[in-house]
Amino acid sequence: MSGHSYDAEKYWKANLRLIGGSLVVWFLVSYGAAMLFRPLLAGISVGGTDLGFWFAQQGSILTFIVLIFFYAWRMNKIDEQFGVSEE
Amino acid sequence: MSQFAINLLFVGASFLLYIGIAIWAKAGSTKDFYVAGGGIHPITNGVAIGADWMSAASFISMAGLIAASGYGASTFLMGWTGGYVLLAMLLAPYLRKFGKFTVPEFIGDRYYSDNARLVAVICLIVASVTYVIGQMAGAGVAFSRFLEVDSTMGLIIAAIVIFFYSVMGGMKGITYTQVAQYCVLIVAYTIPAVFISLNLTGNPIPGLGMFSTHTESGLPLLTKLNQVITDLGFNNYTADVDNKLNMILFTLTLMIGTAGLPHVIIRFFTVRKVTDARWSGGWALVFIALLYLTAPAVASMARLNIMTTIYPDGTDAAPILYEDRPNWVKEWEVTGLIQFEDKNNDGRIQYYNPTESFAPEAEARGWEGNEFTYNRDILVLANPEIANLPGWVIGLIAAGGLAAALSTAAGLLLAISSAISHDLIKGRFNPNISDKGELLAARISMAVAIVVATYLGANPPGFAAQVVALAFGIAAASLFPALMMGIFSKRVNNVGAIAGMLAGLVFTLSYIFVYKGWLFIPGTNNLADTPENWVLGISPLSIGAIGAIVNFAVAFVVARSTAEPPKEIQELVESVRYPRGAGAAQDH
Repeated sequence: MSGHSYDAEKYWKANLRLIGGSLVVWFLVSYGAAMLFRPLLAGISVGGTDLGFWFAQQGSILTFIVLIFFYAWRMNKIDEQFGVSEE
Repeated sequence: MSQFAINLLFVGASFLLYIGIAIWAKAGSTKDFYVAGGGIHPITNGVAIGADWMSAASFISMAGLIAASGYGASTFLMGWTGGYVLLAMLLAPYLRKFGKFTVPEFIGDRYYSDNARLVAVICLIVASVTYVIGQMAGAGVAFSRFLEVDSTMGLIIAAIVIFFYSVMGGMKGITYTQVAQYCVLIVAYTIPAVFISLNLTGNPIPGLGMFSTHTESGLPLLTKLNQVITDLGFNNYTADVDNKLNMILFTLTLMIGTAGLPHVIIRFFTVRKVTDARWSGGWALVFIALLYLTAPAVASMARLNIMTTIYPDGTDAAPILYEDRPNWVKEWEVTGLIQFEDKNNDGRIQYYNPTESFAPEAEARGWEGNEFTYNRDILVLANPEIANLPGWVIGLIAAGGLAAALSTAAGLLLAISSAISHDLIKGRFNPNISDKGELLAARISMAVAIVVATYLGANPPGFAAQVVALAFGIAAASLFPALMMGIFSKRVNNVGAIAGMLAGLVFTLSYIFVYKGWLFIPGTNNLADTPENWVLGISPLSIGAIGAIVNFAVAFVVARSTAEPPKEIQELVESVRYPRGAGAAQDH
């Protein structure tokens, strides 16, 4: 990568930004909605209980799946854009 | 056909399948043995990770754990899935790019230190050995329960089957058997759950049924459950917890620990390229979620089923007569997993939570104590009988429980044996060993690891019960930070990494030992393991996350005050960050 050090740096920054954004969502659904903010969401009822409980037992798992696929898809695009993809 | 014969048929057929795969997937080189040849499709790998990950505990015990504590147990659901987000974004693609065979090998190369590699090997072995004992013991228990053999005998049969495919095929044999085992375990878990959900809510998807209407009462299922259990003095199922800091740290420890467990990480070395490693993480979580989204439904529905079995006419009416108890209760009584003691001699089963606040009601109703206890595992094990399903479903549960135990055990044994043959024998004692010689060493290490794990499974030492504290604590406090800093920082050097790993490890283990006994020897704990004694209410199970922070902090401070890593190491870090030129996993 030595010939493209400027691009290499931008590529890595793009990756870090994507990871950062994804981890914010990761945090918000599990530590946020399911735990810290559960009392605030208590008014929103979901099937006999509240939204926080749903996030704790199902919502966060579903979000995690979406996050990983989104990351893989975006990263593959970024690889191509910076010409660092494998083939 | 008797139930015993059906169980034998299902378990026997599944074992024949695994042995057949073993013969077909023989390893011809160390690359086959360590990384299954390195060309596994990401979806195949995702399925294999699912089986690798979901253990006897996930299959048999998790639903019971959730049923007992409701919302509080969400920690396990989030912790054991959220770690895959960290793994897929922070570790797996870069470690795949690095392209070597073991986790300690990355740590040794990145921190240009044989001592760092040795610390990683020790952490790996302690975490994986603790973990594998539970799997072996679980296989023994599943055997004895369904096939009426002594549990030590069952353990030995299970060990022979694992021996077949993992000594012959290494990672290659393990990968394809894990795929078969995943299919067995997910079908076994889902079928009874679907029928229970249909029965209670009319919804065939358990995860949705859990949040829909209980047909009989017309109330939402969880409302109905809460009503029934609180009527009998039990805690509200969906209520919030008081100690949120501890719940957060426990969840974080499980997440970081999951991402740092070597037997999961090495599965990502088996795919062809970096993008495949990224996709594998997503697929793995899809296949894990199929069980993890069903487990909380099984938990709430089975708990409601048990309550309504005992109180068929509602909680205000008298409970069921002991002689009228359904068949499944009789069958599981024989195993001792369900127990009844008629304390007030009225011939009825009083099942309630004898708390102080419930005492007046109990007295008014002439109850003299709770008369009914059950082992939490029956929530999954007795599911087919509770839902009145035919005998073959019970056979399937037997095969499924064994598949869950065997697949996780094999993955752990491979992590242990490759650390011994690749990191210790080749890395430290005999670097010039030929590929054939190393393959033989790997097979012998695997065989020895199986024998040791079998022995420990039959005679579990005290620490075997501490899988969550020990395996997840160590992975979170020592391995995960070292791996992550190795990729995301060019500045962390050999001394920094070793100091960080040791600090995280010593801090975490000390905190655990203070409450659970030094080296888990009973009576050597300094403080009783109760919430009043925990620092800021943080349980020893939740301390790994703090240990990880200690590791990061110490590593940064020490690295800053010592020489920066040599240029070729900084180039190595650069190279793992860019996917181009991944090639196949290879040895030097």
